[in-house]
Amino acid sequence: MKNVIFAGVGGQGVILVSKILMDVALKNGFDVKESEVHGMAQRGGSVECHVRFGTEVSSPLIPKAGADYILCLELLEAMRKLEYLNKNSVLIINREQINPAPVEIGAMEYPSDIESWLKNNFPNTIIVDTGEILKEVGTKRALNVVMLGCLSRFLDFNIKDWEESISKFVKESALEQNIKAFKMGRELIA
Amino acid sequence: MKKEIMLGNEAIARGAWEAGCHVAAGYPGTPSTEILETIAFKYRDIKAQWSPNEKVALEVAAGASVAGARALATMKHVGLNVAADPLFTFSYTGVNGGLVIINADDPGAWSSQNEQDNRHLARAAKVPMLDASSPSEAKEFTKLAFDISEKFDRPVIVRITTRVAHSQGIVNLEEKQNIPLKDFVRDPKKYVMIPAHARPRHVFIEEQIIKLKEYSTTSGLNFIEWKNKKRGIIANGVAYQYVKEVCSEDSILKIGMVWPLPDDLIKEFASQVEELYVVEELDPFIEDYVKSLGFKVKGKEIIPLCGELTPEIVDKALNGKNIESPLPAYQGVIPPRPPKLCAGCPHGFVFNILKKLDLVVNGDIGCYTLGVLPPYSAMHSQGCMGASIGMHLGFEKARGDEMARNSVAVIGDSTFIHSGITPLIDLVYNKGTGTVIIMDNRATAMTGHQENPATGKTLMGEETFELDLEMMAKACGVKRVTVVDPRDAELLEKVIKEEVAAKEPSVIITKRKCILKK
Repeated sequence: MKNVIFAGVGGQGVILVSKILMDVALKNGFDVKESEVHGMAQRGGSVECHVRFGTEVSSPLIPKAGADYILCLELLEAMRKLEYLNKNSVLIINREQINPAPVEIGAMEYPSDIESWLKNNFPNTIIVDTGEILKEVGTKRALNVVMLGCLSRFLDFNIKDWEESISKFVKESALEQNIKAFKMGRELIA
Repeated sequence: MKKEIMLGNEAIARGAWEAGCHVAAGYPGTPSTEILETIAFKYRDIKAQWSPNEKVALEVAAGASVAGARALATMKHVGLNVAADPLFTFSYTGVNGGLVIINADDPGAWSSQNEQDNRHLARAAKVPMLDASSPSEAKEFTKLAFDISEKFDRPVIVRITTRVAHSQGIVNLEEKQNIPLKDFVRDPKKYVMIPAHARPRHVFIEEQIIKLKEYSTTSGLNFIEWKNKKRGIIANGVAYQYVKEVCSEDSILKIGMVWPLPDDLIKEFASQVEELYVVEELDPFIEDYVKSLGFKVKGKEIIPLCGELTPEIVDKALNGKNIESPLPAYQGVIPPRPPKLCAGCPHGFVFNILKKLDLVVNGDIGCYTLGVLPPYSAMHSQGCMGASIGMHLGFEKARGDEMARNSVAVIGDSTFIHSGITPLIDLVYNKGTGTVIIMDNRATAMTGHQENPATGKTLMGEETFELDLEMMAKACGVKRVTVVDPRDAELLEKVIKEEVAAKEPSVIITKRKCILKK
């Protein structure tokens, strides 16, 4: 069974990429389950999706220390997911800082040592720069699909399946951009 | 068979459609909202509507049922409190066409004001309740609920929780059943609950519950998965999925019909295992019942009563497993990311002024409840839909004019229509002098911009009569009604000061469309 967590901030498209991943897994004959919390997502809160696929999936929630891959679309959100890591997990983070409300109003500080702390304490951390790619793709909204491209490098599904599923969930007018974003994200992982 | 990945709520919509449901009504509430939205979007042969509140929604569904249709009512757990009045008496009348209520509980209070366990309501109202553990079951149970409803002449509740409603999984798609309307027969002894009719109906209900108890054992909704008999675990809802995951060697009694519970099946199971456990979220509902049958069972002494369960909580409680993190604890402080009012939100302009004037604010349910958080910190009471206005009057009754001159009630457009009109009538009737601010952002915003009677559009997207909140307030007897654009801060401040100072009831409608609404 594979366990993937997508984490981000409301509006970053976390739920959409989890749907794409599920669709690819279903196509490849796996049982799939997902759990999401999005009651407050539209108001700029944290969003998290658990996706699990395998021969038979019972719990829709990934247990603590049970994630194979954690994809974080924002730096700080990664720090909320550490309890899902085990020593074999891979943590992929977009190097972007979105200030939460307490930081915006000056009541708290955004920690400055996240990257160095993760590098020192969790070797399987990959921090990616997506800024250039998004500039080239022409829309910041494709960040979620860039990160999905990163993930795709670790999963044994073929490109055609990914592209088909992306086209199922992305608006036709934005499809070309998203396929490009996916491929460039894939190239981000060595 | 065709398969599709669906959200639990989408699966319920599909189940209702496959069951030949004719009419569906509800009020938005996380985590139940997507059920009716899906029906309105995908299954347009069902007549679906947002009602002003859950009580009305259930009454519309009950009316449709008595008239011969298969009918659905959807709501979140606290919505069933509002609809409890019709629930308890439509339990007496029973149904004609199948009547199914979808009730979404929210263990963990992800987006709710409490963690109430509505299994108690099924028992109290004497109606059967099915409890789904996955999206695919949510669809199957919804479908089956219509049959049970007609077979036993009972409204049937299908209970889901957040982890089923907002969880996706593979669902088998089946054809729609072609269910014609049943005849409507005038039968006052069944449908008019004067005391003389209610008494014999009560006897009938108790007979049905006995039959349903038998059905609960034989129907397959509750079933035993025998494995090792050293330990037997009874589990329902998503807790069953966690048990299956972390206790793969143990025997399980899976509860899909949580009321009435299957006495004979519980006895069969309990008498054959060495140690008996119940794993359930929230209250010891099944546990207490099993104890009442005379069995020794472990439940809430090891499983938390508060909050939602997770696989690792169950793993720790039953297997003593502790999780080892490969990371040391981070020593810094991780700032939380609470939800907040959006940049440019019309509510924000109002809260800026309420904060500046340092008023006591009796709040209500909606996006604007976020006014309690920094940077506004401008809300001091809030309980349930519509409570702001009644509490505002209560504050004045307790502390007199001085309190009324230093406080307001704030309530959204949809919440006002849901439960704010009767307390506004009360405020005028009982000589209150307070100020009520109706924050009219032209949408039921918090749950995702649903239409409501004041937006002039229906769930199905049709144009309709647009309720005039200004006229409504005047009709309740409020003479001082002012409509202000909240972006005009200077004017808004002036109006709030004047109206709060006035020694008679007043309503200020701050009218501006939600910044996110297209």
